[in-house]
Amino acid sequence: MRRYSAFAIAREAARYHQGWERAWASPEPKRAYDVIIVGAGGHGLATAFYLGKNFGITNVAVIEKGWLGGGNTGRNTTIIRSNYLQDPSAAIYEKARSLYETMSQDLNYNVMFSPRGVLMLAQTEHEVRGYTRTAHANALQGVKTEFVGPERVKEIVPIINIDGPRYPVLGALWQARAGTARHDAVAWGYARACSDMGMDIIQKCEVTGVNTENGAVTGVETTRGTIGCKKLGVVVAGHSSVLAEMAGFRLPMESVALQALVSEPIKPCMDCVVMANTVHGYMSQSDKGEMVIGGGTDGYNNYTQRGSFHHIEETVRALVETFPMISRLKMLRQWGGIVDVTGDRSPIISKAPVEGMFFNCGWGTGGFKAIPGSGWGFAELMARGYSPLTAEFGLNRFREGRFIDESVAAGVAH
Amino acid sequence: MLILECPNCGVMADETELSAGGEAHLKRFGPGSSDEEFEGYLFHRANPKGVHFERWRHANGCGKWFHAARCTNTLEVFATYTAQTSTVPDTVIAAIKAKRPDWSHET
Repeated sequence: MRRYSAFAIAREAARYHQGWERAWASPEPKRAYDVIIVGAGGHGLATAFYLGKNFGITNVAVIEKGWLGGGNTGRNTTIIRSNYLQDPSAAIYEKARSLYETMSQDLNYNVMFSPRGVLMLAQTEHEVRGYTRTAHANALQGVKTEFVGPERVKEIVPIINIDGPRYPVLGALWQARAGTARHDAVAWGYARACSDMGMDIIQKCEVTGVNTENGAVTGVETTRGTIGCKKLGVVVAGHSSVLAEMAGFRLPMESVALQALVSEPIKPCMDCVVMANTVHGYMSQSDKGEMVIGGGTDGYNNYTQRGSFHHIEETVRALVETFPMISRLKMLRQWGGIVDVTGDRSPIISKAPVEGMFFNCGWGTGGFKAIPGSGWGFAELMARGYSPLTAEFGLNRFREGRFIDESVAAGVAH
Repeated sequence: MLILECPNCGVMADETELSAGGEAHLKRFGPGSSDEEFEGYLFHRANPKGVHFERWRHANGCGKWFHAARCTNTLEVFATYTAQTSTVPDTVIAAIKAKRPDWSHET
């Protein structure tokens, strides 16, 4: 793999850009691998990357039904933060956030991580108390956050209306080192690094069955034939229940549609991310100038990758009250993705009931921010059978009642 | 927009009138059941990509609960039916099979 650098740009500029290589190979599947990862999104590719980098396991295939990074990795609003209340969540999200800081250097691929800061608005007295508590918890967890008053919010985001009337801004949880990154580049960067380590990334290859023998996984049936493996990691977000059914068990999970939209590009007006959980909306401005807006999920099971219009209406209506200047913005695009929501709204990173099979799913509405930490922990779990980062996120927590209850702690925009 | 006919009041209700109640026909387990059964009842869901039996409440209408058979992959609604049943009525199964001949009902 040729490294990307300023020198490489100069070299290619001098020869009409004829020398750029493909970033990753498109091999035919081999008959068997040590490890198969199902799902070439951010989490799947990160898992493969850390299997190779941290544990030297490179006989790995990442197989993908569609195209690389074409699922929720390409559909999210790219927010990265780690201001969670519960210790296990804060640990894995903060690990992820810290890995994002050096990701461009580690992968030799510009993921455009922009630690521009995330404000989570408190617009009710309950939220003020909730976020004050989170700020205290974060202090104990070593996550740098602070609770700021409305005047400071207005300083950070001049376009915000802090006076209400319906949704006054009473303060905010401010994480200055949170931010955004270029979502596609995260998948592409990991894919390039995995391909460079000799791993096979096989796109347009749908898993149609899971093969087991004496309760242990032996491989997968795919639209491109049977592929054997010793260990199988399933990282398929909204379709986790479908894969679990192939292997013969149920997950504590339901799949719902989550939508986002972007406006026409405008001049820079907001240089941080603002989340407003009371009104189910969050907004940031992309480098192109578009206002990127995310909303809430639909209430019913759905695999259609499109959502209900009235949810967008609710989100935008509420955001217009908080940001009066967006009232005349035209919205350019709207899209939906299928997110996997678990019983306690926290992810599942766990061994499965089938020997040799592992699940990394349940990230729900907030998986992008966790990609490197999730891959790091899941790779350790798959390689060693235990990871301190993922230990609390096992499937057994539902039977034992050890929930990681961020749904109450973090509100809906989780 | 999803539109379901409420079998209680006969109104064709937009989804803004309705609230979703999750998977239908779950078998309840309480005191005396095993941990596995209780966990399954509380948390495990079929979450199929295809035909789904689910509970709905006509929240901003007559206020009553009912059941629906709907495809989660196409949003096609096969039937809505009374909530006063613990099994899927034969008429609903027939309505689904008329449109999805390959589909089979797992109980």
